[in-house]
Amino acid sequence: MNRFDYIRPKNVAEAVAAASEPGSAYLAAGTNLLDLMKGGVSRPERLVDVTHLPGLDRIETLADGAMRIGALVKNSELAYDEAFSARFPAVAEALLSGASAQLRNAATVGGNLLQRTRCAYFYDTASACNKRAPGSGCDAIGGENHGHAVLGWSEHCIATHPSDFCVPLTALGAIVKIEGKDGRRDVPITDFYLLPGDTPDRENVLSPGEMIVGVRLPAEAAGFAANQRYLKVRERTSYAFAVVSAAAALRIEDGTIAEARLALGGVAARPWRAIEAEAALAGAPASRASFEKAAEAAFADARPSGDNAYKIALGKRIVTRALAMAASGTPEVMPALPASPFAPLSEGVIHV
Amino acid sequence: MSEIAQLQPGPRMRHGSNIGQPLTRSEGRLKVTGGATYAADNHPDGLLHAVIVPASIARGRVVSLDVAAAKAHPGVVEVMTPENRPPLAMDPYEKSNPLMFRMNLLKDDTVRYAGEPIAVVVAETLEAAKEGAILLAPRYEAERPEVTLDGDVFKPQAVGPGMPAEATKGDVEAALASAAKRVEATYETPPQYHNAMEPHAVVARFDGDKLQLDMPTQGLAMSRMRIAGLFGLKPENIHIRSPFLGGGFGSKGSVSSPEALGILAAKLTGRPVKLVLAREEMFGSVGHRGQTRQTIKLGLDETGALTAFDHLTRAATSRFDDFVEPASGVGQALYKVPALHTSHEAVRIDTGTPSFMRAPGEASGSIAFESAIDEAAFAAGMDPLAFRLKNYADVEPISDKPFSSKALKECYREGAERFGWQDRPLEPRQMRDGSGRLLGWGMGTAIFPALMFQGNARAVIRRDGSGVMEAGGHDMGQGAWTALAQIAADGLGLPMEALEFRSGTSDLPDAGVAGGSTHTATAGNAIYSAGAAVIEKLTALAVGDERSPLFGAGNVGVIARDGRLIRQDDEGVGESYADILERADLDEIEGSGQGAGDPSAQEAYAMYAHGAVFAEVAVDPDLGQMRVNRLVGAFAAGRVINPRMVESQYLGGMIWGLSFALHEKAVHDRRSGRIMNANFGEYHVPVNADLQGMEAILVAEDDPHVNPLGIKGVGEIGITGTGAAIANAVWHATGIRVRRFPIGLADLLG
Amino acid sequence: MNLTISLTINGEPRSIDLDDPRVTLLDLLRERLHLTGTKKGCDRGQCGACTILVDGQRINSCLALAVSHDGADIRTIEGLAENGQLHPVQEAFIAHDGFQCGYCTPGQIMSAVGLIAEGHAGDDPERVRELMSGNLCRCGAYRGITEAVLEAEAKLSERDRSAAA
Repeated sequence: MNRFDYIRPKNVAEAVAAASEPGSAYLAAGTNLLDLMKGGVSRPERLVDVTHLPGLDRIETLADGAMRIGALVKNSELAYDEAFSARFPAVAEALLSGASAQLRNAATVGGNLLQRTRCAYFYDTASACNKRAPGSGCDAIGGENHGHAVLGWSEHCIATHPSDFCVPLTALGAIVKIEGKDGRRDVPITDFYLLPGDTPDRENVLSPGEMIVGVRLPAEAAGFAANQRYLKVRERTSYAFAVVSAAAALRIEDGTIAEARLALGGVAARPWRAIEAEAALAGAPASRASFEKAAEAAFADARPSGDNAYKIALGKRIVTRALAMAASGTPEVMPALPASPFAPLSEGVIHV
Repeated sequence: MSEIAQLQPGPRMRHGSNIGQPLTRSEGRLKVTGGATYAADNHPDGLLHAVIVPASIARGRVVSLDVAAAKAHPGVVEVMTPENRPPLAMDPYEKSNPLMFRMNLLKDDTVRYAGEPIAVVVAETLEAAKEGAILLAPRYEAERPEVTLDGDVFKPQAVGPGMPAEATKGDVEAALASAAKRVEATYETPPQYHNAMEPHAVVARFDGDKLQLDMPTQGLAMSRMRIAGLFGLKPENIHIRSPFLGGGFGSKGSVSSPEALGILAAKLTGRPVKLVLAREEMFGSVGHRGQTRQTIKLGLDETGALTAFDHLTRAATSRFDDFVEPASGVGQALYKVPALHTSHEAVRIDTGTPSFMRAPGEASGSIAFESAIDEAAFAAGMDPLAFRLKNYADVEPISDKPFSSKALKECYREGAERFGWQDRPLEPRQMRDGSGRLLGWGMGTAIFPALMFQGNARAVIRRDGSGVMEAGGHDMGQGAWTALAQIAADGLGLPMEALEFRSGTSDLPDAGVAGGSTHTATAGNAIYSAGAAVIEKLTALAVGDERSPLFGAGNVGVIARDGRLIRQDDEGVGESYADILERADLDEIEGSGQGAGDPSAQEAYAMYAHGAVFAEVAVDPDLGQMRVNRLVGAFAAGRVINPRMVESQYLGGMIWGLSFALHEKAVHDRRSGRIMNANFGEYHVPVNADLQGMEAILVAEDDPHVNPLGIKGVGEIGITGTGAAIANAVWHATGIRVRRFPIGLADLLG
Repeated sequence: MNLTISLTINGEPRSIDLDDPRVTLLDLLRERLHLTGTKKGCDRGQCGACTILVDGQRINSCLALAVSHDGADIRTIEGLAENGQLHPVQEAFIAHDGFQCGYCTPGQIMSAVGLIAEGHAGDDPERVRELMSGNLCRCGAYRGITEAVLEAEAKLSERDRSAAA
């Protein structure tokens, strides 16, 4: 790890000013940044420690029923917040399916949104990686890419976004609250992340010095509380990144889907909102046939970026399952194995 | 000897109150309070921190290192490269036995595998050393490496630690040609890395020609000899402390490059040096289980009896040294078969040299062979347990020798009963859980040879009646400190509290390597016989002294118990050790003992531990994700010294079997040769939630031949049988036979 | 750059001069304060061996910069036993053989203490397994670990009940 200047600003304005200097990085819990710095993947010259900033650690319910979550709220704190998990159970489930209890106790909401890909070629500083070293190439293409993107990738980058939390946030239309030199702005999470194109190093819309100060879940998103799930398939029962995941949220009226929200994890450089699938579900009966149709729609544009065609087939099945689970109702208590295929299932959810 | 009847080993041997007791770990309190000192926990005055710089190419040479940049970093003290590495007393490339592995040790600029150390950075702080390593920014001339089994094949001279590469009995070709049914399948196992939780570490300090080392090792004496040879030191001038190993699993048996480089760095700087590997550096220079491709052919007659098998293993070894995974041997002792052929071939690839990893040969061989047996049972239309019982071997198939003991039938019975195996449908894809997930039941036979190395121990009874047992043994988690002390207490006829058990340093008698599941047998028998030697001397003192109440008891014998010698024919008559020594005016009395295999018994008998493992696996039929619901293993391994420790060894081994079947795999980039998942995030080992119901049954077994105490090893057998039991259960759940391990969810998507 | 931070470590307030902002809590404890009970298994938050309690919460000390934790209250394995009396979690780990080599054990135990304080597992072994999954044990002592956590939790809640009564 390189030596760096350590700066501890007193307020957001000071933080933004400090971080606007080239070579700066924000330090929150550091659960991702320190990992990257230890590997030499990230070598910031100055760390702007935001962990002591006031006012960013609150979970608030606004008058209209929306919820505002400060950027420094810990993942575990949010997941176990009763008011929050009652309104947004799939978000809580996603949080609890990510990383480990220790990491969830440290990692922040803002940090989770900004975590970097787990692409091994990004981490391996001897490999070519356009995300880490723009213009160097992409060794993941033609390499070990069993886990790489099947949607939205480019010939310059096939990495995926690793977050669980961001998947239901994307489904539910969360708003990212940003503060920078030029003031505050709100960006829908669906517009926050950039696809790789020919600039995979540009991962989101943040300008230099801008920081995430919070996330807002709009009031209407709480309308899906009764029927929402997060489902995450992984290579071991816990403490593993998603192979593919899905967040599904439904508003069901008399057996008909009034409105559907669907997002996918582990398939693209950003948490992937499946708009076409949502459209296919609107007004359809809450049936397996509808779910399968939606799954086809969700992956209509998918193509393998290497040795990962199975993720397309798997992704469709996960969508179908997640929708079926959401339709059968949000469980009253958080499953012991959150988001796991081995959490209890209602009868009939498994079809084959 | 007749006076000390209790020391006559054998089935009727009277043990004191210690052997067989489920004592908790003697070092338990230290381990739960953070008080157990592992190598990297030492901080001698003036300590420097060293880190290795691992090569990022797999083949070629280093053309430049920016030593100036590294040295300019505040805190960096020295950079060791081939330019300034202190001379060694011998070429680290020399090899005089199969347990000695070749090392480069900065001899030259050649790179033979990704992760090979190409420099060492030494600094006042760990932070400075790590950054110095990055600033070295090596440049290379790289050649295209080979990391697959598809390269040029050769016939190895030997496999494993010098075992024959080939064995034959009967006419396999003819038997296969005339078989009523044949099963032929090819299985692949990946490279796996030991990854003990404690990374390899050394704290080295020179004091003139003396060298003090804190270093985890499974072989104190062997490590000392290796270091003495490399550095031209007298063995007695090297003192290694290894009171606790944070796991070893075979990777800490021989000295590997990082430890030797840490010592070199101490020599170069003239200050104490601590070198601890980073987790990613555990995937390079400290050994691994080499990848294999195994082709197994089985022939059956109409009744389901095995008529022949052929097991060919292709294994990877390194470009510069030889260690061929001896995977084909496992079938030689498993089932009754008139004709068999086992053989190996090898491919040189650009990785570190493979080495011993928990159940070397048996683990890789068992998962393939026991999968093939499952395939054969299905082909024969038989239940897998019935098939195994039908082909039960009453003598060792390869040699026709009787077994020294073999309670495998009891293992099958007890394990199957506990598991509920009798309700298993023959066809796959027949069972579901309440949610509709597929369930499958599978089994595998476990086997591991009962080996012995040589070991020594020294025992003392002190004037106050207390005892000391000294044996340079190793506890890497097996429970040696507890089990060996139990044997020592019984050997000396003392309660545990009156015994001081000394182990884990190189200045004690060499109690043998902790490897090959031999340690309790080897060190234990040495300890017991050292105890016997002391008791014999003490007895002679007593029975020959007319002032002793035991005077003249010689011919009827005495028993040593609770710090006293008592008459065997009248337990009311006796005398304390303290009284005997007091009267003889001796401060202490000592004796030594040895443990070693008995060549005549080994010639006469085949010696193995056995077991049977049963697994239930749930598979999501749509998503392919798997979970092991239940694992039941029943094992018979001779005398059990401490059932609590033995049970833990079995359970741990079974988890390794699960890991083999479903998780572990190092993934090489074929172009660069680098391992792309050299971390605990993506090199998966099981987590707590991967395990649910687990049970290990200790099946009683009395072995009068294997060694005087009747002990077989328990450390490795748990992996064998388990891997295949899980793989067979996955097949039984899904109808999909996956022959490339680990089984992944993508394999089951249909 | 010299930075001074204040930490309370196992109940003892300490003022610590850091000559280097790169020092993690783990390396501070182990290499500078010589509190070596806390172990380094991966240094990347992937094994849990370095788990400590910071302000009562279990975290991976390898991914925490010391300088950023100015003012924190830290509890390590060395501070768990009181007056020589083992904590119920420590006792239960011994009784259930919840370790073999012992290297992951301080992290497992601190994680278990954190888990019990969090109160989300109840007496459900499945929840304990899930919530202990951030602590790898290569020896495979998981069954004993789960049993130990359940037993210690029961003992501690019994103790809380009697204290309340």
